[in-house]
Amino acid sequence: MQIQQALQELITKMADDELVIGHRNSEWTGLGPVMEEDIAFSSMAQDKIGHALALYRLLEEHFGGTDPDQFAFLRNAADFRCCHFVEMPIGSYEFSLMRHFLFDHAETVRYQALALSKFAPFQHLAGKAKGELKYHTLHADAWIIQLCTAGKDSRERMQAALDNSFQLAGGIFEPGPAEELLIAEEIYPGESALYKQWLSHISPVMEKAGLVLPEMTAPVYGGRTGKHTPYLQQLLNEMGEVFRLDPEATW
Amino acid sequence: MQTITTLQAVYHSLEQLMDPEIPVLNVLELGMITDVKVDIEGVHIKMIPTFAACPAIDLIKENIKNAVEKDLQMPAFVSVDKEVNWNSNRLTAEAKEKLRDFGIAPPGRHEGDVNLDMLVKVNCPHCGSENTYLRSPFGSTLCRAMHFCKQCGMMFEQFKPLS
Repeated sequence: MQIQQALQELITKMADDELVIGHRNSEWTGLGPVMEEDIAFSSMAQDKIGHALALYRLLEEHFGGTDPDQFAFLRNAADFRCCHFVEMPIGSYEFSLMRHFLFDHAETVRYQALALSKFAPFQHLAGKAKGELKYHTLHADAWIIQLCTAGKDSRERMQAALDNSFQLAGGIFEPGPAEELLIAEEIYPGESALYKQWLSHISPVMEKAGLVLPEMTAPVYGGRTGKHTPYLQQLLNEMGEVFRLDPEATW
Repeated sequence: MQTITTLQAVYHSLEQLMDPEIPVLNVLELGMITDVKVDIEGVHIKMIPTFAACPAIDLIKENIKNAVEKDLQMPAFVSVDKEVNWNSNRLTAEAKEKLRDFGIAPPGRHEGDVNLDMLVKVNCPHCGSENTYLRSPFGSTLCRAMHFCKQCGMMFEQFKPLS
């Protein structure tokens, strides 16, 4: 595999993660347990989809990719490279909150690394994204600590949410094809390095919250090679429903 | 000479152009304009969004184009500058004063990195008290956070510091 192709794979999986989690976050609009949470998940959805758009534009401008809207709305599940974690339905609030916490710290370490990438367009994009992500992790950390220290029932539900999420979160770091090429070119440090940094980011918060970090025994892989849960196609059907009525329409 | 006069006219035109979400600030005060050039084709303006997913960006681009073309009677080309990222230090001192008068706490100046204190310790724009807390890092627009003042009992918004 050529380096250009490996780079496209990297950008595509990042963008697909952002788009799909963005859509899932937006499903809390109107349903948040309190108004501030409704607004927070809606705002984070907007940020995620903005980052997805910026990444799809990189594909379009640097690799001769298709128009971002077409790319986002017209592909089927098998063409997506997102991890299973972001595909899962919003479920309970504690699951969505835990996913937000685990995912946003993963994204933070990724963009921190990409800010130093030898692929110059990453530096620009990562500089912007990591500033915005501060607000996401601030939000996640505050709620995780708050709910984990709010009594027995609350703490148990948060621990259960973590136990249910952790192997799925491992799927964020599924190694990509030919990533050693990208590591050698200092384009990015590779998934296992990011995984270690991620652990060092989430551990202090977990400790403060009194959460027990599970062992990563069976990370849920498959998404990066186009194998998905049935939830993804359902999400894509809904997300692209209006767009597919008239793909040539201008808005 | 001709060009200088034209440039001044462009800046004058931009000064009249308010942000759709913060109607007391123009696009120059917000630090959204990164370059203005005039050549035989017309006026070339480069601009940047505050937050990457700012939904107002296309509207602002169009407003700039329409205003400059109307005021100068020459073609205007507005594009997003990919070399520069917006950060909250780009807000001018006047802009921060106007924000406060409008009831939005302005972001403090940062040294390249935003720390937690800057997000949490915010003076109330209504009564000036330091006795406030961050209610949510997300507000009515991507660039705002929600705070509460324990002194005067008012909710208020802060324009978020961004590095």
